Amino acid sequence: MDNAFGQPQTIVVLGGTSEIGLAIAHQLLSPVTRHVVLACRDLVKGEQAAASLRGDGFEVSVAHFDGADTASHERVIGEIAERVGDLDVVVLAFGQLGHGEATGQDVAEAAALAHVNFTGAVSASVAVANRLRAQGHGTLVVLSSVAGERVRKANFVYGSTKAGLDGFAQGLGDSLVGTGARVLVVRPGFVHSQMTKGMPAAPFATTPDVVAQLTVKGLRAGRRTVWAPGILRVVFSVLRHLPGPVWRRLPLG
Amino acid sequence: MTRTTLTGWGRTNPSVAELVDVFRAELPDVLKEAGPRGALVRGLGRSYGDAAQNAGGLVLRLMGSATDAVLDRERAQVTVSAGASLDELLRYLVPRGFFVPVTPGTRFVTIGGAIASDIHGKNHHVDGSFGNHVVRMSLQLADGSVAELSRTQDPELFWATIGGMGLTGVVLDATVQLLPVETSRMAVDTYRIADLDRLMAVMDDGEDEAHRYSVAWIDLAAKGAQLGRSVLTRGDHARFDELPAKLQTDPLAYGPSQLVSVPPVIPRPGLLNHATVAAFNELWFRKAPKRKLGGIESISSFFHPLDMVGQWTRFYGRSGLVQYQLMVPFGQEEAMRRIVERVAASGTASFLAVLKRFGAGNEAPLSFPQPGWTLALDMPGGAPGLGSLLHALDEMVLEVGGRNYFAKDAHTSPETIRRGYPRLAEWQAVRRRADPHGVWQSDLGRRLRLAAED
Repeated sequence: MDNAFGQPQTIVVLGGTSEIGLAIAHQLLSPVTRHVVLACRDLVKGEQAAASLRGDGFEVSVAHFDGADTASHERVIGEIAERVGDLDVVVLAFGQLGHGEATGQDVAEAAALAHVNFTGAVSASVAVANRLRAQGHGTLVVLSSVAGERVRKANFVYGSTKAGLDGFAQGLGDSLVGTGARVLVVRPGFVHSQMTKGMPAAPFATTPDVVAQLTVKGLRAGRRTVWAPGILRVVFSVLRHLPGPVWRRLPLG
Repeated sequence: MTRTTLTGWGRTNPSVAELVDVFRAELPDVLKEAGPRGALVRGLGRSYGDAAQNAGGLVLRLMGSATDAVLDRERAQVTVSAGASLDELLRYLVPRGFFVPVTPGTRFVTIGGAIASDIHGKNHHVDGSFGNHVVRMSLQLADGSVAELSRTQDPELFWATIGGMGLTGVVLDATVQLLPVETSRMAVDTYRIADLDRLMAVMDDGEDEAHRYSVAWIDLAAKGAQLGRSVLTRGDHARFDELPAKLQTDPLAYGPSQLVSVPPVIPRPGLLNHATVAAFNELWFRKAPKRKLGGIESISSFFHPLDMVGQWTRFYGRSGLVQYQLMVPFGQEEAMRRIVERVAASGTASFLAVLKRFGAGNEAPLSFPQPGWTLALDMPGGAPGLGSLLHALDEMVLEVGGRNYFAKDAHTSPETIRRGYPRLAEWQAVRRRADPHGVWQSDLGRRLRLAAED
C-alpha cells in the first residue's frame, strides 16, 4: 500500500535494466519501501542493476521477463505479486529504439520492434491493470515518448509504436477511473542514456534522473500525464500543428 | 453493493472497495461473499489514515443507532449498537444526566470505532481510554458465529478487540460504563503559558489530577523564545450550584449544532499554509485569557469545537491532511522538546498541535496510550519534506520507548510498529484463533503487516 505521501512499499520495473525505469525506482525509495523487483530478459544485467539499488530495509530481486513473450506476461506478473504482495507502482519501461530509418526498411526488424514496443507493452499493461483493479489500488507508469506525439521520419517505426502505446495507455487509464487503479503516462524527450549513446541530442535533451524526478512528482500529484522536461508540452503543441512539408524538413536529429 | 473510493478523515491514501450497508442479522450471509481480499467494518470514517479501508475487498457499514439504547440508571451503564455514534448517544444520555466515559475531539465516531481504536480523550490521565469502560460486548466472528466477550468471558479476545482496529471481527453491541453528571456544562480553567518547558512543568505539578479533563494547545508556528507557547485548559463537569441562575432552569440542556460546512471548492493547495496558520495561531493565543478560572462552557465548545465546521479537513486542499500522534514515556520531556523543536524548525505548518499527559495504559495489547506525554499534530499532506520529517520523528519517538497511534497513522512502516508495539505477537496469536483464515483485512493492516507473523 502507498502511504499518505505516495511512498510505495512495492515497486516493480518491467524492463528492469532500463535506465529511466531504474532512475524512477531509485527516486521512489523511502523508509517504507519493502520490495523492488526488476523484471528483465537479461538476468546478469538485471543483477548488476539490482546491486546499484540495494539499501537498508528493503529487498531488491530480479525476475525473468521478456516483453516479446506475451504468453508469459500474466503468469510472470502473477508470480511477482504472489511473492511480494500488492503491487503499488509498476513501471513499464521496456522497449527498443531500433536503428532509425534502416529499421523502417527491414521487414523483420520493423515487425519485431512493433511487437515488443506495442503488442508486448499492451499485453503486459493489461496483465498489470487486471491485478491493480482486483487489489483496488496501485499505479501503472507507462513510459511513452514525445516521439509518439508526432512521428518523425528519422525513427518512424519507434515513434509509431509509442504513438500507439500512448493512446492505449490513456484509454486504459480512463477505463480504470473508479477502480482505485490508475495509469500515469510519461512522455520524455531525448534522454541521454545507453540507449541513445552516440546519437545527436535533440533540443531540450534531458537525463534519466530528471525524467524520474518529474515522474515521481507527477505520481504524488495524481497526474495522468507527465512531460519531461515540462517545456516539451508547449513545444509539441506547436510542432503538432506544423504543415507536413515544414515538419519533414525540421532538423530534429 | 457498489465499488466506492474510500479515504480516511485526512483524505490521503484512497483505495476502492465494495461498500455494503448491512444489518447485524445479515452479516453471516454477507461474510460468505468475502473473497481473498476479505472484509472490514467501517464506522464514520474519522480515522485519519487508511484504518477503515479495505482495497479490493468488502467494507461493511453496520446499520444501527442510539434509538435502541438501553440505559441502566442504577449501574450507570448503557447498552447500545456498535453502529451508533457518540453524537446520537450524547443526545440521548446528557438530558438524562449521564455522560460518555471518554470522548475524542469529535463526537462523530461510532461505538464500534471507539472500541476498535481504543480512543482516548482529555480525561485519559484520570479515567484511561474507552476500552477501560467497556463492560461487555458481542463480536461477530469470521465464521458466522457471535462471541460474547467481557473481562471474564474470553478476556484475551475482549482485549484484542479493544484497540484491534477491526481485525478481530465486527463489534455488534456493547455495554459501556457511564459518568453521572449534574449539568450539561463544563467548568473550565484556562491558562496562557509562555513556552514549552513551563507548560510541561505546569502540567506535571500534580494539579492535573485534580481535574477530570486537561489538555494544552501549542502554537507550532512560533519560534525561538516563543517556542511552544501554549494555552492549557483544565475542566470538570460543572455542578448544579456552579451554573449561573439562567442556566439552572434547564441544567441538562444539550443541543449541539453544526454552524457551517466547508464546500468542496477549496483551491488546490488548500488554504492552510505557514502564513495563514501563523496568523490564526497568533489570534488564538491572544484570544485566550492569561488566566481564567471556572469559566462555564458547553460540552461541544469544550470537547468538540471542530465539529461546528463540517468537513473542515477540506481546508487542507487536494492533498489532504496528515495527522501524526506520538507518545513518549514520562522522564522523556527532553525528547518531547526536541520533537517539538524539530517540527517547528521544519516550517511545516501545524495547525493544531495538542499536548496531553496520559495516565496508566490498559491490558489491550494494541492500545496506544501508555503513561507519558502525547503530542498530536495536524499537517497539510502536500507540505514538502513532510514524509522525511515524519520518518525522522518516528525514529526519535522509538529511541525513547514511545510509539504512534494507529487511528492517525498514514505513513509509517511495519518495522516502526513492531518496535513501538512489543505485544504485537501476543495480539496476532489471539487474532489467529478468532480468524484463522484471515477474513478481516484492512489497508492499514496490509500496509503495516499487522497480521503477518514475521
